[in-house]
Order: sequence, then C-alpha cells, then structure tokens
Amino acid sequence: MSFIPHTDIEVKQMLKTIGVSSIDDLFVDIKEDLKPKSFNLPEGKSEFEVIENLKKLSSKNATHLINFLGAGFYDHYIPAAVDALSSRSEFYTAYTPYQPECSQGWLQAIYEYQTAISELTGLDVSNASLYDGGTALYEACMMAIRITGRNKIVMDSGVNMTYRTILYTYTSNLNIEFVETSVVHGQSSREEIYKYLDDKTAAVILQNPNFFGAVDDHSDVVKKAHSFGALVIESVYPIALGILKTPGEIGCDIATGEGQSLGLPLSFGGPYLGFMATKKEYVRKMPGRIVGQTQDKDGRIGYVLTLQAREQHIRREKATSNICSNEALCALRAVIYLSLLGKDGLRDVAQLNYQKAEFTKNVFDDIPGVEVKRSSPTFNEFTVLLPRNADQVVSKMAAKGYALGFPLGRFYPGMDNYILVAVTEKRTKEEIVKFKESLEAVLCD
Amino acid sequence: MNVKDNQFYTNEHEWVSIEGSKARIGITDYAQHSLGDITFIELPEIGKKIEQFKQFATVESVKAASDVYAPLTGIVVEVNATLVNQPELLNSSPYEEGWFAVIEIDNIEESNKLMDASAYKKYIEEIAH
Amino acid sequence: MRLIFEKGAFGRRGFKIPKKDVPIDAKFPQKYKRVKEPDLPQVSELDVVRHYTNLSRMNFSVDTNFYPLGSCTMKYNPKFTEKIAALPGFTDVHPLLPQLGGGGILTQGSLEVIYKTEEFLSEITGMSGFTMQPLAGAHGELTGAMIIASFHKFNGNRRKYIIVPDSSHGTNPASAAIAGYEVIVIPTDENGCMDIDKFKEKLTQDVAGVMLTCPNTLGLFNSSIKEIADLAHSVGALMYYDGANLNAIIGKSRPGDIGFDIVHLNLHKTFSTPHGGGGPGSGPVGVNEELLKFLPIPRIAKRVDGTFALDYSYKDSIGYIAPFYGNFSVILKAYAYMVYLGKSGLIDVAEKAVLNANYCRVLLKKYFEVPYGRICMHEFVLSASKQKENGVSALDIAKYLIDNGVHPPTIYFPLSVVEAMMIEPTETESKKTLDNFVELMIEAAKLAQDSPSTLHDAPKNMPVGRLDETKAARDLNLRWHSKKE
Repeated sequence: MSFIPHTDIEVKQMLKTIGVSSIDDLFVDIKEDLKPKSFNLPEGKSEFEVIENLKKLSSKNATHLINFLGAGFYDHYIPAAVDALSSRSEFYTAYTPYQPECSQGWLQAIYEYQTAISELTGLDVSNASLYDGGTALYEACMMAIRITGRNKIVMDSGVNMTYRTILYTYTSNLNIEFVETSVVHGQSSREEIYKYLDDKTAAVILQNPNFFGAVDDHSDVVKKAHSFGALVIESVYPIALGILKTPGEIGCDIATGEGQSLGLPLSFGGPYLGFMATKKEYVRKMPGRIVGQTQDKDGRIGYVLTLQAREQHIRREKATSNICSNEALCALRAVIYLSLLGKDGLRDVAQLNYQKAEFTKNVFDDIPGVEVKRSSPTFNEFTVLLPRNADQVVSKMAAKGYALGFPLGRFYPGMDNYILVAVTEKRTKEEIVKFKESLEAVLCD
Repeated sequence: MNVKDNQFYTNEHEWVSIEGSKARIGITDYAQHSLGDITFIELPEIGKKIEQFKQFATVESVKAASDVYAPLTGIVVEVNATLVNQPELLNSSPYEEGWFAVIEIDNIEESNKLMDASAYKKYIEEIAH
Repeated sequence: MRLIFEKGAFGRRGFKIPKKDVPIDAKFPQKYKRVKEPDLPQVSELDVVRHYTNLSRMNFSVDTNFYPLGSCTMKYNPKFTEKIAALPGFTDVHPLLPQLGGGGILTQGSLEVIYKTEEFLSEITGMSGFTMQPLAGAHGELTGAMIIASFHKFNGNRRKYIIVPDSSHGTNPASAAIAGYEVIVIPTDENGCMDIDKFKEKLTQDVAGVMLTCPNTLGLFNSSIKEIADLAHSVGALMYYDGANLNAIIGKSRPGDIGFDIVHLNLHKTFSTPHGGGGPGSGPVGVNEELLKFLPIPRIAKRVDGTFALDYSYKDSIGYIAPFYGNFSVILKAYAYMVYLGKSGLIDVAEKAVLNANYCRVLLKKYFEVPYGRICMHEFVLSASKQKENGVSALDIAKYLIDNGVHPPTIYFPLSVVEAMMIEPTETESKKTLDNFVELMIEAAKLAQDSPSTLHDAPKNMPVGRLDETKAARDLNLRWHSKKE
C-alpha cells in the first residue's frame, strides 16, 4: 500500500479500457537499454516503524541547549495558533493559486502578507516571498542592476557572510564588480563606502542591525548613494523593525530580509522565508509572484496573481528571475504571527529583546577578562571579546548545556577571540544569570 | 485587421510613418489584437539612439510580454508619455493615439528593408493561415 | 471577506507577552527608532483563528478536491510525514550548531537524515551523489547550470549556449540565462519530441549543456533519449535532467543510466511533500562521478566511525548556494515517504500514475483533440481546438471544472499546443474519481457544442466569478492602506 487505492479488479478493467494487456505494455517506450541498471532499495516499512525510526534519529540532535546563538537565525517564541492555522491542509495541500476563483483564501492571505511586509519595512510594495534572506539579497542586487543599467556593487562588511557567499556564488559567471568595505565591528564606515561610490555603482548593500549586532541610521548613506544615481538595498531583521527605523524612513530603495523570526522554527536551516519590499516605481522590476486586488464583473472584490508578464512562465529567458516555487506557507505563518502579535505586540517583543540583551551585556561586564563591545548601540545581539579562543569556549559551554553564540573567527580572520551573543525574549533572567556563571567557570578553568 | 496606408511596416508588426526628417513609430492593429488588453508599456528615454530591428520598447498584457523593435535607426526625440498611464490607447487607437516615439531618422535608405501597406496586408493574411 | 487589517479594534491584542523579568530600564536610542508604527492588525487570537480558518476554506486543495494539474504532481501528502516533521528534536535545531567547534556531534540526527536521503535519491536516479541544498526546483536548475559552467571552466572554456526544447518549463531557459548562458530553443517534431535534426544543426562546441525533461511536458517518453545524449556528449556538452516528471519512471528508468550527467528532482512533486500553496519546495541536485567535486559546499560526509560531518574540502565546488543544508523539514518528509514506500512501493507509484493517465486519455480522446495520441506516461495533453470553433476555450472548460469541484488541469502549457489542457491524475486517485472527472469533461465537451454560454459564465458557485486580470495589472492594488492615510 503506497497510498494507492487501486484494487486488482479495477486495474484489470482500466487496462482493458486502455486496450493493453498489462502494465508493462504502458512502458513500451522505455526500451530494454533504457531500463535501470540497478534499483537496490530496501523494502517499505509501516507508519509506526518509520515514526519510531525517525524519533530515534531526532533524539540524536541536541535540543536541550539554552540558546544564545543567533547570527541571523533566531530562537523566538512561536504562538500555538501559528502552527494550528498553517496546519490546515486546505492551505498546505494547495498549489500556487493560478486559478483565482478556487484560491481566494490563499490569494487574500498573500495580499495580507504583502501589506504586513510593506508596513514593517515602511516601503510601498512587497512580493509574495522568496526562498530566504540570502537569495532575497541576491535578487535585490540583480534588480538594482536591471534598474540602473550599471554593474558595480558596494558591499558593506556588516552584511551577513552567509548572504554574501551566496551572492558571490550566484554572480560568479556574470560581469558584476563587487567592492567590499573592510571589517568594522560597529556601524558602517561612511568613509569606506563613499570611497567606492561612483557613477558606475548600481547599489550599496547594507544590513541593519548588521552582522555584529550594531544598529544604524543609514539616511546619510542613502542620500550620498542617490547623488551618484545608485540605489540602496538594506537587509533587515523583521523583529527589530518593531522599534528600529525602517528602510522606508531612511529612503532606501529595496529592503530584503530573513523572515524566519516571524513564526518559523529554526528547523536546521529551512524552510525559511525571504522577503522583499520596494518603492512603487520599481515594482515591475521586482522578482517573484505578486498578488493584486481586482473585481469580478459583478463588482465583487477578489484577488489574483498579477504582473505575471515579469515571470519565467511567460518571459522565459528574459524573466526578472527564475523563481517559481516560493515559500508561500512560510509567508502565511509570518502574516499569522504578525497578526497575533499585532501593532503593540511586535513593539513589545522588540523592546523585550532589547532589554534582555542590554541586561546580559551588564551581567557580562562582571566577568573578569570579558569585554562587551559598545562602540555602537545594538538590538538583541552583540559582540564580546573573550580572553581566549572563542571556538573552544563554545565547545565547553555546549557541554554545560548552552549554545554560547557565534565565534566570529569563523568568518573574520583575526577575530578568533570574539563571540556574537544573541538574547531573545525567550531567555529568562535566571537563564541569563546561570549562563554568565557557567561562562565564568569555563573561563576560569 | 486595419492596416493604414502611406506608412511602412516590419515583420514584427511595427509601423513607421515618415514625417520629414523624423519618423513616428508604433505597433500595428494586428499586434495589439494578438497581445490582447495591454497593461503596460516601457518606452525608451529621450535622446537614446535606437537601431533598426533592435529592441527599443516592451509591451505587456496579462498573459504575454513582447519586445518592440525599431523599424529605423535614429535618436529618440519624443515619446508618448500618455501611453504609460493609459496603455489601453494602444488597443483602441494603435495608429493614432497609440504611437510610441518619434525619432530623428539616421538613414532613410533603411526604409527599403520595410514593407509598404499592401505588402504588409498580404503578410498578415499569410501568417493567419 | 474583509481583511484581517479591517477587523479588530484599537488596542486589542492577540498574544500575551512575558513580563519583563530583567531589572533594567534601557531606552532604545531615539535616533534609531522608527517614527511611524507599523499598521498591523489589532485583533484577538480568536479573530485571527476564525479569519484564517475561513480563508483556508476558500481554496481547492488535494485534501478537499481532485487536482489533476499537469506537471505539478498533486498527489496525496501522507499525514505521518507531517507528524515526523513536527518532532521538536528536528524543529528546534539551530543550523549553525554543526559549524561550531565540536558542534558536529550536536546534530547527528539531522545530518544522518540528509545523508540517507542523498543515498536514496542517488540509487533512484542512478547518479553518484546529491546535494540537498537547492530550495526549490528552479533553484536546483540554477545550481545545475552553475555546475555546468564550472565543469567547462575547469576544462578551459565556459562555453556560451544551453539548449532547451520549446516544450520546456519556463524555469529552464530562465535558470540558464541567470547562470550567464544564452538559450537556444529547439522545436517539437510531429511525434511530440524534440526535433532531432534541428537539434543536430544547433549542436556545436559552444553548447555547454542540454536541458530536458523526460518524459517531456507532453507526457511522452523520448525513445531517442540515448541518441540525444550521445550527440551532446560527442561535442562535450553535458546532459541536464529536469526531474519535474520523475513520477512516471521511478524504478522504470534512471536518468543516470540513460546518459544524463546532472539531475534535479522536485521533492514536492515525486516525493509527496506538500506544495504549501506554492512552497516551500526542495530541488536536490544529483551528478555523475566526474561532477561530484563541483557540488555546493558543505557536503555531508560519513566518517569511518559512522558519524556524520560537514565537509568543506571541495576546492572546485561552485560554492554556497543556500544559507544551510536545504529545506530540512521538506527533506525529512520526503525521506520518511521513501522509507515507508520502499522499493516495491516506489515502483507501484510510477505504474499507477501511468495507468491513471492513460485511462483518462483513452476515455477522453473521442471528445477532445489529442495532439500526440500514443501511449503516454504520467500525464497527457488535450487541446480544446474543436471546442474553440464554437468559441469555447480551455479557460472556459477550466472554470466549468471549478464550478464542479475539480481543480482544472494546467492550461495554455505547453505553448506548442493550442488551447492546451495538461492532465496529470497521479497514482493516489481512485478509478471512481477518474470516472467522475471524465464524465465532467465529457459534459463540458457537450456544453461546448450545445450551450457555449454556460461555459463562458462559469464559475458561478465560487465566492467570486471570473476576475478582471487586466484591471489588476493596470490599476495596481498590491496592499491595504488604512483609511486615515
């Protein structure tokens, strides 16, 4: 039984209708030399056995760790209603809503998601989702190149390395010139960015808060970039936008980001959610699906996929992107999450993240030899200089039941003693204090 | 299908009307009809040089996108900005209100490579079969 | 239905946030604060639950409706895989853990799932190795195109062109273009396959790769596939297999055995992970022995002691294409599905998928034009050209099906067939469901003859009638705005 309903009698009847005598006759086009040389797989198992087997495997993962690890991917609380609603199989067993009349629920939900992302980023329009924050940044970069007709990108070193490496892989066969500012822990170095800006620059790519946790107001960078005819792309952390100045407010042209924080589990790297918003005038250059509101002939309001002439199924090799499947179900989770938290809740969660991180900084100040970097304000993640190799400390802290943070030496040569620590609303005062005591003990060893 | 006299046509269904040293360009009634309801037009910038049979504009309908090719080489001196906000003009009046751009002609000899109205009429009858 | 933004009331909340337990009152610096608060809904949990539950009911889905959408493989998605994917031992794992000092040991379960899925897929397709990283089918295609580029660069010349047939999915030429290639399109011959003479004409030393689906989008298995592969290889081009249609041939033929060098699969099609309203998908890429070194990093390696680790040691790799190791929970569901079905179960999938498609094709061929009438694989294409003479289009038939509770086939694709309707029943549908569908299609054909206006007016039983897509594209309304703005 492979979820196949056919009885033997039915199979016989169907073969007779088709006019063949056996199933094999249906595969006549697969001649002898096209048949498998091997198909050496185990035989199937029962549902119970498969579940037991995978429960065992899941227990080989360490999920008991108290999490202070972020680096772009955060351990936020997910309200139960998010799981309950996104588990409605009328949502999750549907396909892309190409037939609008039988997909109004999905289409309206995406329209609501687009509204929520526009509100969050302070920009005019959003698409219906992209794969993740990294590929979203790549898409934004290509979009800026299309809009400006230029091919130079100025990349701030505060942009998540995970995103940057994706971008570089994707563009390695294209004629694009990347220049990177040199590493600073704090806010973006204006001096460095301005040094590279010229009239060949398509875009400046920034991140806020940046990878080191620093928050910034990039208004001045935007002004300067625009004076050269370059666009500005800001990669943002959606929870921070509960209180942080928005890409729209600073005049930024395209905002992208990782939507994992909006109600998606960490799930070992996916599925996540890439979001993108932009100014009205660039909407036709935007990749991905877009839902629009319209009417039927009786004037009833309804929703459809619109501006499809940008997309691969119509424009093929001239499309704005090759994206087809996106992360619709993750986008649904995000809009449900944002609806539950609402206007006040999102601000309060953001404030709580900020307060807990600030408290943790103060607690860390009491550990001898540990230096919290305070060159700029941060949101819920910050950089700490340890008295010894961070990777080793991380390993020892794991043995004590903590995910200490992200050792910056992994991405940045010369920063072997630095650790990036994230504190979300889930961390309690008690956990933070015990965490500090464990760290102190590990460092005293 | 309406074909207007006294102007030239391309295989790709663009028309060009010579006005002294200048030329007015658009797409034909046949083209607008096969595209369906036009939803968007991307026009070239004034001052841009466009080349014969090379793409210079794009039109979109709900289910199609189509490149528009220049019937002649020249510099764009005027564009029909009204079209951007009222793309439906291209459906209702492809030869009058639906013009795309006016160019300063580079080389009038290039018109030898184009069809006149009667040749174009024959051409669209053939491709209809 | 009103939007969630239009429901609720000023100050209402849907979620209780823990009280601040840290003795600190730090003020987020004013300079960096957003000025305008986001206009998010102010609703209760019940408001949210009722709203989205009601929206869910305004959709067709596999769990509620027959969904014979060609090339999308809308088969049943078993529930036990959802249960597995929700295990906290899998959902709560931070993806950076195995990248930290000594961290590999913390995620052995997840690494093993990925490794074993790669093994399964390699055997199913006859490839030497897989990467599970690509996040969707099109992402897999792009990864494949980049591997093609790296292979040729490695051999001294990146080459210029990728060949695709005119029946290919739009993602194929789009992915090739994004990887920096120019695209050559080959027309379809009278048998519904890529025209091999035209193919030979275009095949030069400048061709980097040939992208094909097999069976193709017309549901036909190209018996000349080996000849095509030999021709491509003779000029040094690589053969790329778009696995969108693997459901037809699983256990019956393997891309690796018939000359393909690179394949991508769609776990959300063949391996039964839910489509999620358009995603998340998963588009793993498999390659032959020679191309293993170009796969994205990190790879998952099995150590001699039986443990699993991330392996970054491939210096010729195309690099990083995803943030981590793929859409893990999707991979997990596909893995559970394969373990459950096993060898015989997987073969049964292909057999019944092909049986169901042929059964429908034979019953419908009297009523609709069938451009390529031979035995099909898992799907087939009808044309509404006869009905068009009475002014009834494939779209009209689609809307009539909607009124009767059936999701329409894929329409207007492939572009090479006029008024195309591409039908893929999948193996999980019963004879009874197929009979009902066939009856409905015959009824539509009769109405096209006797009462075309009935079809033009459909759908009538849905929350909205046919929507004005021209208006949607001309007067863009892509988001809600609060009244006070």
